[in-house]
Amino acid sequence: MSALVIRDLHKRFGTTEVLKGINLDIDSGDFTVLVGPSGCGKSTLLNIIAGLETASSGDIEIGGRLVNAIPPKDRDIAMVFQTYALYPSMTVRQNITFGMECRNVPKAAQNQAVERVAKLLQIEPLLARKPAQLSGGQRQRVAMGRALVRDPKLFLFDEPLSNLDAKLRVEMRMEIKQLHARIGTSIVYVTHDQIEAMTMATRIAVMHQGEVQQFADPDTVYNRPANLFVARFMGAPPMNTVMARIDAGAVVVGDIRLPAPEAAAAWQGREVVLGIRPECIAEPTRLFGDGSAPIVITAPVEMTEPTGAETIVVMRLGGEKVLGRVAPDTRLANGATARFAVDTRKLCLFDPQTERLIA
Amino acid sequence: MADTSINIRRIIVYGIVWVVAAAWLFPLVVVILNSLRTAEEIAQTSMIGWPRVWAWGNYTQAWDTYCIAQTCSGIRPYMLNSALVTIPATLISTLLGAVAGYAVSLWRFRGDSWIYGIVTIGIFLPQQMRLLPWTLVLRDLGLTNTLAGLVMIHTIQGMSFTTLFCRNYYVSIPADLMKAAKIDGAGFFRIFWRIVLPLSPPILIVTVIWQFTHIWNEFLYGVTFTTGTQQPVTAALIALATSVADVPQHGIQSAAVVVAALPTLLVYLFGGRYFVRGLTAGAVK
Ligand SMILES: Nc1ncnc2c1ncn2[C@@H]1O[C@H](COP(=O)(O)OP(=O)(O)OP(=O)(O)O)[C@@H](O)[C@H]1O
Ligand SMILES: [Mg+2]
Repeated sequence: MSALVIRDLHKRFGTTEVLKGINLDIDSGDFTVLVGPSGCGKSTLLNIIAGLETASSGDIEIGGRLVNAIPPKDRDIAMVFQTYALYPSMTVRQNITFGMECRNVPKAAQNQAVERVAKLLQIEPLLARKPAQLSGGQRQRVAMGRALVRDPKLFLFDEPLSNLDAKLRVEMRMEIKQLHARIGTSIVYVTHDQIEAMTMATRIAVMHQGEVQQFADPDTVYNRPANLFVARFMGAPPMNTVMARIDAGAVVVGDIRLPAPEAAAAWQGREVVLGIRPECIAEPTRLFGDGSAPIVITAPVEMTEPTGAETIVVMRLGGEKVLGRVAPDTRLANGATARFAVDTRKLCLFDPQTERLIA
Repeated sequence: MADTSINIRRIIVYGIVWVVAAAWLFPLVVVILNSLRTAEEIAQTSMIGWPRVWAWGNYTQAWDTYCIAQTCSGIRPYMLNSALVTIPATLISTLLGAVAGYAVSLWRFRGDSWIYGIVTIGIFLPQQMRLLPWTLVLRDLGLTNTLAGLVMIHTIQGMSFTTLFCRNYYVSIPADLMKAAKIDGAGFFRIFWRIVLPLSPPILIVTVIWQFTHIWNEFLYGVTFTTGTQQPVTAALIALATSVADVPQHGIQSAAVVVAALPTLLVYLFGGRYFVRGLTAGAVK
């Protein structure tokens, strides 16, 4: 069953169209991440799902029910905000019970629900405090608690981790993922951090300029990006994209020939954009996957950036700048020409005109 | 070299500040001193002088025996009138202004900016322009020469300011707070009562101080719309000043002025720093 269906959704602010026909069908129990650069319309979409903003046209169904005309409180959703939006004058306990208070839930049931959530999130010692007396991480937990206490059909998260420091963010990322595994409620999670998207999602919707560029599982989005935007947005560092030509079953970049995927035959003699992930370019001794000897190429090294766990190499391929990821102990001199192993199983080819994936 | 020029500049600045402060304080000091001098002493010497004997009796006379326009009850009943007008009008206009400011700042509805514009235009209309319309309204409502009439006028006119103050304060309440409350299922008044009002004390103090001092000190409506025993103290003071006594009773009159000014002076002394703090405060830090 679908937890959320969005059909042909448009949103205009005055004359600027912010959402240009969004279609999404989200399965029950999925952890869907909406990811995209700043200003692409993620929060707007989430607000429309919540009923806090009205769409210019299009339909929203939550749990099989058309909710276009239903106010936020009756949509059976709970939301966590980037700013946490805790009520400043209420204690943590009151923050969590406010929704139940509005719905006239009996006091005893309220207390039970608070205990349950406080235990789940380990915020029991904080219940009597005001939001101003909490650290950022604690506030984040309370904001989650306020949503979790509801037991809704759908959770909406709008960049809930972006105000936390890097370490805490990684911790909370794990925790939210575990929480989802435990409670199984559908989640729509907005972020502009593609690593968050990759690590947490069961499905990723990549948005750009008010349109969904690709809606698929993380593996597909990463390895088979639907277009150049997705290819360049996902991954850190992102996928290398260089101009190439198809010639007799090979992808030709400068003087390098790589075996082309079969589907490229139709592009014989034509220009394509070759997409290759940095981790598919490694030191020459690397064996990729199946253990067979990899294709080895030579390329001039421009610069190296050791990160500790690996070293990023900036090289030239067919005149364009390309990144590779080699073992950390690899020593490469700037300006020298070096040999690299290439994993050719994961090459992507894009149509230079439409920017869509062709093979 | 640089040091001395800075010092000279500082001396000049302080000098100017002191002169201005003295000019402001001078009338107050004169009135307070005269309120403690006898009429004879003032008549024999001058309006400006240190009391030879402390004439505390001026205050008791001004309070409840001195005659103002044939009524010899001192300013006490007029002080009560002022309180009966100022306190309700201050509280009601502040509360209504808070609700109105909340509505126009945190709820979007058709025509919200128009309503806000119309309410606040009252700030810029000269008082004299409103006298005639109010006269007609009071007459039609049967509230001419009543304290209730003054309460109504001050409440409605005060809303221009209170709405402005509160609205400007409430716009800094984060939009996410409103969104969260709506999802939680709270409506207009519950959000106001449980979320917005608890954040409001700084601005409510500002509006209460502002309204109280303005309504208490207001004079034009008082003399225009009320007469005799219905007058607020500001209007009664004029009658007192123009009363033709055998000897000019400057001592008693000064005492009456000091008493009449006392409530707003006290509000200033005890509330002044909250006023400044509230004006510069944001709703959520
Ligand atoms: N009330 C509004 N009036 C006019 N334009 C708006 C309004 N709200 C949002 N926009 C515009 O709509 C676009 C999408 O905004 P939105 O907040 O949905 O972006 P976002 O993807 O959430 O970005 P971020 O990652 O920065 O939060 C932006 O260009 C923004 O300027
Ligand atoms: Mg956003």
